[in-house]
Amino acid sequence: MSVSDHVQPESFAFDAQSEPEIAKALARYPEERKASAVMPLLYIAQDQMGRQTGSAWIPTAAMDEIARRLEIAPVRVYEVASFYFMYNRSPIGKYHLQVCTTTSCWLRGSDDVVAACRRATGISHFGETSEDGLFTMTEVECLGACSNAPILQVDNDFYEDLDGPRTEALIEALRRGERPEPGPTVDRLCSAPEGGRRVLLDEDTGQSQGQG
Amino acid sequence: MVRVIVDGTPVEVAAGSSALQACEAAGKEIPRFCYHERLSVAGNCRMCLVEVVRAPKPVASCGFPVSDGMEIRTDTETVRRARRAVMEFLLINHPLDCPICDQGGECDLQDQAYGYGSGISRYHEEKRAVTNKDLGPLVKTVMTRCIQCTRCVRFCTEVAGTPELGGISRGENLEISTYVEKALTSELSGNLIDICPVGALTSKPGAFQARPWEMKKADSIDVTDALGTNTVVQVRGGEVKRIVPRVNDEVNEEWLSDKGRFSVDGLKRRRLDRPWVRVHGKRQAVSWQDAFVAIAKRLEGVPGNRIGAIAGDLCDAESLTALRDLMESLGSANLDCRQDGAAYDLSDRSRYTFASGVTGIDEADALLIIGAAPRHDAPVLNARIRKRYLSLGRGKFPIGVIGPQPSDTTWSYEALGEGPDVLASLYDGSHPFCEALRTAEKPMIILGHGALVREDSLAIQAAVRHIAETTGVVKDGWNGLNILHTAASRVAALDLGFVPGQGGRSMRGMLSSGVDVLWLLGADEFPVGGISPETFVIYQGSHGDAAAARADVILPGAAWTEKDGTYVNTEGRVQQAFRAVFPPGEAREDWRIIRAFSEVIDHRLPFDTAEELRARMARINPVFVGGAPASVSQPPFAGSETIMTDRPFRLSRQSYYLTNPVSRASETMAECARVYSVPAAIAAE
Repeated sequence: MSVSDHVQPESFAFDAQSEPEIAKALARYPEERKASAVMPLLYIAQDQMGRQTGSAWIPTAAMDEIARRLEIAPVRVYEVASFYFMYNRSPIGKYHLQVCTTTSCWLRGSDDVVAACRRATGISHFGETSEDGLFTMTEVECLGACSNAPILQVDNDFYEDLDGPRTEALIEALRRGERPEPGPTVDRLCSAPEGGRRVLLDEDTGQSQGQG
Repeated sequence: MVRVIVDGTPVEVAAGSSALQACEAAGKEIPRFCYHERLSVAGNCRMCLVEVVRAPKPVASCGFPVSDGMEIRTDTETVRRARRAVMEFLLINHPLDCPICDQGGECDLQDQAYGYGSGISRYHEEKRAVTNKDLGPLVKTVMTRCIQCTRCVRFCTEVAGTPELGGISRGENLEISTYVEKALTSELSGNLIDICPVGALTSKPGAFQARPWEMKKADSIDVTDALGTNTVVQVRGGEVKRIVPRVNDEVNEEWLSDKGRFSVDGLKRRRLDRPWVRVHGKRQAVSWQDAFVAIAKRLEGVPGNRIGAIAGDLCDAESLTALRDLMESLGSANLDCRQDGAAYDLSDRSRYTFASGVTGIDEADALLIIGAAPRHDAPVLNARIRKRYLSLGRGKFPIGVIGPQPSDTTWSYEALGEGPDVLASLYDGSHPFCEALRTAEKPMIILGHGALVREDSLAIQAAVRHIAETTGVVKDGWNGLNILHTAASRVAALDLGFVPGQGGRSMRGMLSSGVDVLWLLGADEFPVGGISPETFVIYQGSHGDAAAARADVILPGAAWTEKDGTYVNTEGRVQQAFRAVFPPGEAREDWRIIRAFSEVIDHRLPFDTAEELRARMARINPVFVGGAPASVSQPPFAGSETIMTDRPFRLSRQSYYLTNPVSRASETMAECARVYSVPAAIAAE
């Protein structure tokens, strides 16, 4: 895949909010191994674009800037950015709807979530952006929250235990500019059972069992 | 050493070798696509699977280190089955377009499919197709054929030092690409065509021209730079179709510069294919005899000291010898091979050659480059500097550059200054870089033409020699003071004493009515416009370039592919090139032209065959038969008393692709020069 037709900005510069994050990322690696910071820097660039333009993507100019900072060849950055689908190399909607359709979520009804996303946004295919430019829906592999399947990841937030109506409600809330609390959308704490704990109700037993 | 048993045969290999190397040591051929002995190991094609006793499954031999007593089996049913399976995977997406593929006949995939390919395909799903990439005027891509061995990515990154290719996307969608479409900027990009094991990267100028099995081959030497890259000239139907490198670990390993490879079409264009004589200002085609007579007539009554000869950059030693002897017989001492006006210290052969040898770079541990741009002067030699730079690791190979500071080096360097003023502080040892040279075991200096083509060049050479002697660049058992020539003929010409003799005029002296008759042997790189209008100019050469346009008589000569010739590279290595095709039309081998002319003026040169001529060369300088170098006639140079000026070193502003008559005649090279034009800022300087 090469650079597609969309307009690439001429230049890119990290802003004042990104700079401390870059310094933090670089501090994690020895100076001669600073190329390792390529992935955090790509995220920082993507977040900055999201902040500045409302579309969290990484233009080629940003990748070139990262290559310059890390003293590596630009193509090494392109390789990394194109390897991971978490990096958007073309503009996306304001909200990035990432539907997990891997086995656990699929068994628990991710098809309903996809259908709800389509209905609520008017998107027909994965990878498409809605006409109002608010939503981009992509299909992702297992997000690692199978106990709360099905999951919809919006930007960096997980919305869990979804079904069709709750997905639509979530999208409507996003459209209104709200950010509902991430996490389970049903009555449960994290991945604890619905309606509260069912085992280890006796406090003493709980303690004597330790961390088990 | 480690003892390994390969198919029951014990072999000894160095510790740290791979199983594949052990198998090769045992004489077993291991099929491979991604493995290349001069590149890092990737291990992604899986074709080199072998069985290792006690290993649970077949291992990729290219990346599997040997251990003592290891037993490898390369020819078992398991191995064959595993390789067949790998081949089946590779062929799933590989198109069946061998009949229209330029790699056909020299394709690793095709060859190995004979051994491990299945006759039928079990794959009925959709095949992947990949869009082709535009990598510039030299490398053509058919990316659907790519098997993602990543040899090209590794070559660009490691050898060429221009990391522009990469593996973009992943899995099924992985593509070899520059991502942002651009032409490869390497002067070694033609080698990608050679290392690509399939037909994904092929020659763009040579597309659909010939099949490998139709070619007649002749060993040759590349004359487009002074490295003396060993090449094979491949011919079909009397036409040179392509030039590919020949392996010579001591010179070019297995690489060839783009100029040497792709100037081929220049051999067919703008050729001088018959003698011409200018009569009343108009050139007329004449016979050889008439041309000779015209010269003989003009020479009548001209004293020897009013006759001169300038030799070009692509000449073979044979023609240089013949012309030198002709001039001698005419009583002329006006000889010059230094079209660029360079001055050399000719007192010892090591002083005008790459004294440490090209392989010396592999041992050097500090490098000072003065007035040279190795990447453009000799790209393959530059690859060796990069190899050394990479093998020593970060910061272990200090490189200093005096002269124009190139922005496109393939190694990082310390900019020491622009001109000879820096030499002063190196001279007295106060410069910090002296320490780098002094602490190095085998420090090296490369002195390039930017420093030699100056009035004060002998003073510079004397100063550099002093620096070399005081910092251990020249010491017992190591001579790291190297001259990097740019002309393929230069060292041979210096060996033969093709320099002004006693009282003789140099190139500059011969211009502006210094001589009445001027014989140019393929010389086009000097200020031709400086020749006085009264001077009678004889141009002997292969191409109608600058000097031929000025000539009064044109004698059509042979290009290097059209004659047996001896060339001496920048390190003083004598190498032989063989004729691949006959010269076009009435053009003849150059030494024969001179020999024939000598008879017309009754100064018959004493050799009738190439053997006799080579015997003559050996008498002039025994180096041509592998003997000790003779000290050539020491020309009366003004000596090192000339004073160094502070004028910064300058490099030729010529495009890398257009440095000789052949490459200037080549459309491919013209296209390259256009695509890779020097940025305006530098060109305007």
